Amino acid sequence: MKFTTLTVTAIWAAGAAFAGVVEPGDVVFTEDGAVEASLTGKPGNAERGAEVYGSKKLGNCVACHQITSQDVAFPGNVGPVLDGAADRWSEAELRGILTNSKMTFEGTIMPAYYKVDGFVRPGKAYTGKAADDTFAPLLNPEQIEDVVAFLMTLKEE
Amino acid sequence: MKFKAMATVAALVLAAPMGAMADPDDDTLVLNDETTMVTKTAAPAHLEGALDTIMSGWHFRSDETQVMQADDFDNPGMVFVENALAAWETADGSEGKSCASCHGAVETMAGVKATYPKWNEDAGKVYTLQNQVNACRTERMGAKAWGYDKQPAIEMEALLSSYSRGMPVNVAIDGPARATWEKGKELYYTRTGQLEMSCANCHEDNYGNMIRADHLSQGQINGFPTYRLKNAKLNGVQSRFKGCVRDTRAETYSPGSEEFIALELYVMSRGNGLSVEGPSVRN
Ligand code: HEC
Ligand code: HEC
Repeated sequence: MKFTTLTVTAIWAAGAAFAGVVEPGDVVFTEDGAVEASLTGKPGNAERGAEVYGSKKLGNCVACHQITSQDVAFPGNVGPVLDGAADRWSEAELRGILTNSKMTFEGTIMPAYYKVDGFVRPGKAYTGKAADDTFAPLLNPEQIEDVVAFLMTLKEE
Repeated sequence: MKFKAMATVAALVLAAPMGAMADPDDDTLVLNDETTMVTKTAAPAHLEGALDTIMSGWHFRSDETQVMQADDFDNPGMVFVENALAAWETADGSEGKSCASCHGAVETMAGVKATYPKWNEDAGKVYTLQNQVNACRTERMGAKAWGYDKQPAIEMEALLSSYSRGMPVNVAIDGPARATWEKGKELYYTRTGQLEMSCANCHEDNYGNMIRADHLSQGQINGFPTYRLKNAKLNGVQSRFKGCVRDTRAETYSPGSEEFIALELYVMSRGNGLSVEGPSVRN
């Protein structure tokens, strides 16, 4: 099911990737919330992705997730343990979860990392002030691809 | 497909080792060796479907922090209560009156904190305790209003609260206060900011879980004002709301705003039945 329902739009997205970076508004999701095409048109770097994953200033994924092999002080447990994530999800699905997790998990608390509109009272980072023209997605396309590459290394089987 | 994904996640959550959880504890808070506080109890009827048991934030703190609140001599918040006791008896404003001139001893205020925020008929709106104190100051004393959640205001709130400790929170949510309460409820469930999180996402869906190093409580406000070890001062409810909204990468509301008054009424009503604890100690 997962791989047979490749839709026309997904094929279009794969083609668009040649043009380079996909803007947040142009990301194409499959009906299951996956994103087939790399947001940069290129594969990510797993090592850099691990940094984005753990950095409080960047992904801050550790606020909610734990990975057994990672030695991080105080990982949170609001989200599931990510050991073996790559056994459970394809690369496209992981990219979808990162881009906008709500397309995969309806109503989830996990933030959308590559989205710029549809927010209620968006702020200027953590200042409490209104967003201004510096407003950007939580992660840039390279960082998303790096984290996807990192998550793809989380295999147990 | 969505179903399959959700089922995988559900199975994972169940399989998570219990050691990773940090549930609220079952300790009992006895104040000054005399008053047994209600820190866990059945949720009020209006929370049906949301929460079965309501719990004070006290249960989510370390043993060391918990004991500080059990004895007035160890509670750093009590210093500010002392300050306010002096203010209670000090005349201020054009009328030459103090709080004591009209109300007598502060003991007469026992039980008041437990019922605020509350509808004020003259003003035609819901008043927080600070709004009421300021109304007394401006209308009866001819004194200037204190800034919202500013030092004198928060100290006075702590004094008044300290005389209601052990009494059950009991704010009215029907009658003329209803519309404000509904508005507060809407704010509580609205997902704000770039992180798109509501109060409920953290304090209803995830209390007991860890968000990084923070042990999420139900975000109850029966313990306010709160002395926080983190900033070594008394903290007002609405300033706390502001911090939590800011943490969703949202544009916040201000302490004293209509929105936060409504939110305070709603959140206080979620604690109907818990003992008033303020000034409490938190980290
Ligand atoms: C505020 C909490 C939170 C943050 C921050 C967060 N997540 Fe999640 N994540 C969740 C939750 C909760 C789920 C489970 C989906 C659900 O049921 O809502 C999830 C699910 C996932 C899954 C699928 C789970 C599995 O293994 O089956 C992956 C992969 C994932 N997140 C990766 C990340 C990465 C990478 C980041 C950071 C860039 C991140 N998450 C940030 C809460 C969070
Ligand atoms: C991103 C997660 C998050 C969101 C969203 C959030 N909070 Fe909090 N809140 C926390 C954390 C973490 C703490 C500190 C630990 C604790 O006491 O729960 C806290 C503490 C509190 C406290 C102090 C509780 C005590 O016992 O001293 C209150 C009150 C509170 N929050 C209310 C709210 C309200 C109201 C909202 C919505 C406007 C909200 N929170 C949104 C994370 C959050």
